[in-house]
Amino acid sequence: MYYAEAIRDGMRQAMKADERVYLLGEDVAQMGGIYGVTKGLVDEFGKKRVKNTPLSEIGIIGEAMGASIAGLRPIAELQFSDFITSAFSILVDVVAPYRFRMGTKTPFILRAPIGGGLHIGPYHSKCPEAWFFHVPGLKIVMPSTPADAKGLLQSSIDDDDPVLYFEHKKLYYELKEDVPEGIHRVPLGKALVRHEGNDVTIVTYSAMVHLALKAAQELEKEKISVEVLDLRSLVPLDEEALLNSVSKTHRVVFLHEAPIRGGVGAELESIVCEKIFHELKAPPKRVAAKMTPVPVAPNLEDFYLPSLQDVKNAIHSLFQ
Amino acid sequence: MSYDALQEVYDAQLLKKMYYYIVLTRSLENKISYICHSQNSKSPMIIGKGYLSTGQEAISVGACLALEDGDWLAPSHRDIGGMMVRGLTLEQIFLQYFCRVTSPTAGRDGNVHLGDTSKHILSFISHMGSIIAAGLGVAAAIQYREEKNVVLACFGDGASSQGVIHESMNYASVFKMPMVFVVNNNRYAISTSTKNQMAIENIAERAAGYGMPGVVVDGNHVTEVYQAVKKAVEAARAGNGPSLIECKTMRMCGHGTHDPANYVPKQELEEWKQKDPMTWFQNELLQSQVMKSDDIKSIQDQIDHEIEEAIEKARLAPVPQGEDLLRER
Repeated sequence: MYYAEAIRDGMRQAMKADERVYLLGEDVAQMGGIYGVTKGLVDEFGKKRVKNTPLSEIGIIGEAMGASIAGLRPIAELQFSDFITSAFSILVDVVAPYRFRMGTKTPFILRAPIGGGLHIGPYHSKCPEAWFFHVPGLKIVMPSTPADAKGLLQSSIDDDDPVLYFEHKKLYYELKEDVPEGIHRVPLGKALVRHEGNDVTIVTYSAMVHLALKAAQELEKEKISVEVLDLRSLVPLDEEALLNSVSKTHRVVFLHEAPIRGGVGAELESIVCEKIFHELKAPPKRVAAKMTPVPVAPNLEDFYLPSLQDVKNAIHSLFQ
Repeated sequence: MSYDALQEVYDAQLLKKMYYYIVLTRSLENKISYICHSQNSKSPMIIGKGYLSTGQEAISVGACLALEDGDWLAPSHRDIGGMMVRGLTLEQIFLQYFCRVTSPTAGRDGNVHLGDTSKHILSFISHMGSIIAAGLGVAAAIQYREEKNVVLACFGDGASSQGVIHESMNYASVFKMPMVFVVNNNRYAISTSTKNQMAIENIAERAAGYGMPGVVVDGNHVTEVYQAVKKAVEAARAGNGPSLIECKTMRMCGHGTHDPANYVPKQELEEWKQKDPMTWFQNELLQSQVMKSDDIKSIQDQIDHEIEEAIEKARLAPVPQGEDLLRER
């Protein structure tokens, strides 16, 4: 099953199991959304549960929040995570502090495709997780595989807090694997070692997991044993898995597709330095995108994005 | 209006309720203002400032009395009267102003930034009009479950300039949501007069652009507000979609208790003083003999007593301790 299909199957299972779950977003019904992730669901569940909305991120996120207060479990889709900014205040000021202020839970999911590599430029390629990583009250899920995408989706639906569920659009129809049938859960806040190693840990999430795995494979030839830790969710963060892995390998590279400055890697690096500095045999490294908007031209975007060579260079530098 | 005329439209109980809540709001807010101006700034009872609806109480009270059990309110910051109509208590309000641990926001937020989910009151937040976006979702859930409730969404003339109001009115109208938008046009957004806020005379004119009815009413006449909102609520409940009701009024106080509002021309205030909603309604009730002056006095006494009692209870409530910050709610 492809990544996109796994997300769809996750939604289908949740909707079959729970009447409170419904989908809303721009073009999600007949068209199945920009990337076809919700395709076919309207035929199965009807227009009430697969609801096309006006072009209004404020309306979509507002509806999801209010409906969750009134007892439903909405799954809202944005066409691109880039468009969250049109409703930034609703998410950050209205949604995020609501439970803290009012003691009222707002359990909904906001699904949004992230990421570059498709040459669609500054407004369709962002990885905006760091903006929300800074905001108390929001959970952030970043699945890297089809099975995880399905399992983390169900756990996000079950969760009592608002969850930003960021899907990497490049994985939608590139990545295929067997996915457990029926309802499948992968808990939030439990990182997974995707590749065991002893010399260095790459801490990463979402599509960059696959770049890390490629680097691990190539470096094996050079007798560098790389551990790849897939965080799966950023909030909650599996700090224990992070510290355990780095304590084992004593070297660490933080890899993400979002720009480097103020990225999630900076916070993770701080955690490692504050808590297990004595375990490190070399200064931690970050590999991330350049500090520019995401460009369109293939050569520019390739240069913008973290590359296999960037990851290998970072790791080599830890052994000098 | 003669007694018969008033009686023809409203029953006496409802009229008395309207009056009670207008006086309650006025008296509560006078008290809040008094405390803000007289309290010891080194050990204040009220944390922060008071945000009052003096001179425009009839809007919130009249609009909320047009709701029924199970309906929802997405309030503006000048809707404490309506929140009390919907069941928020004086004690909850003072607990909130005093930032006590038992307040609706557990001391984490203050003054009018409150609500009560159990009473179907969403929480006002400082970003003007923003909570109305969540009101859309409550209305969507009502439609989803095919229930018959309505969401009353309140905002001010200042908020009407915000994008969230445009998106919300359009969104609600597209889905024929069971909503009623009430804009409280009190002529000033802090110091900015409506002349500098919009290029039109009536915000209600914008309703046409959303394909919903828009009406202008005298916001200082509680009966007029009630009637217009009631009609819109019934239409919404019947599945005919949202309406916009603009209530014209005047903010007879500063934006908050810290604001002397020197930017408002004295003459404007004088003119509006003559139209005070409490005085007007009191005279109506007396003239039409729905109430006697003895009733007026006993209602005021009762309210004064209720306020003092609520303050005493709230004062005894514990303040949050630092570590309460991290307690999950």
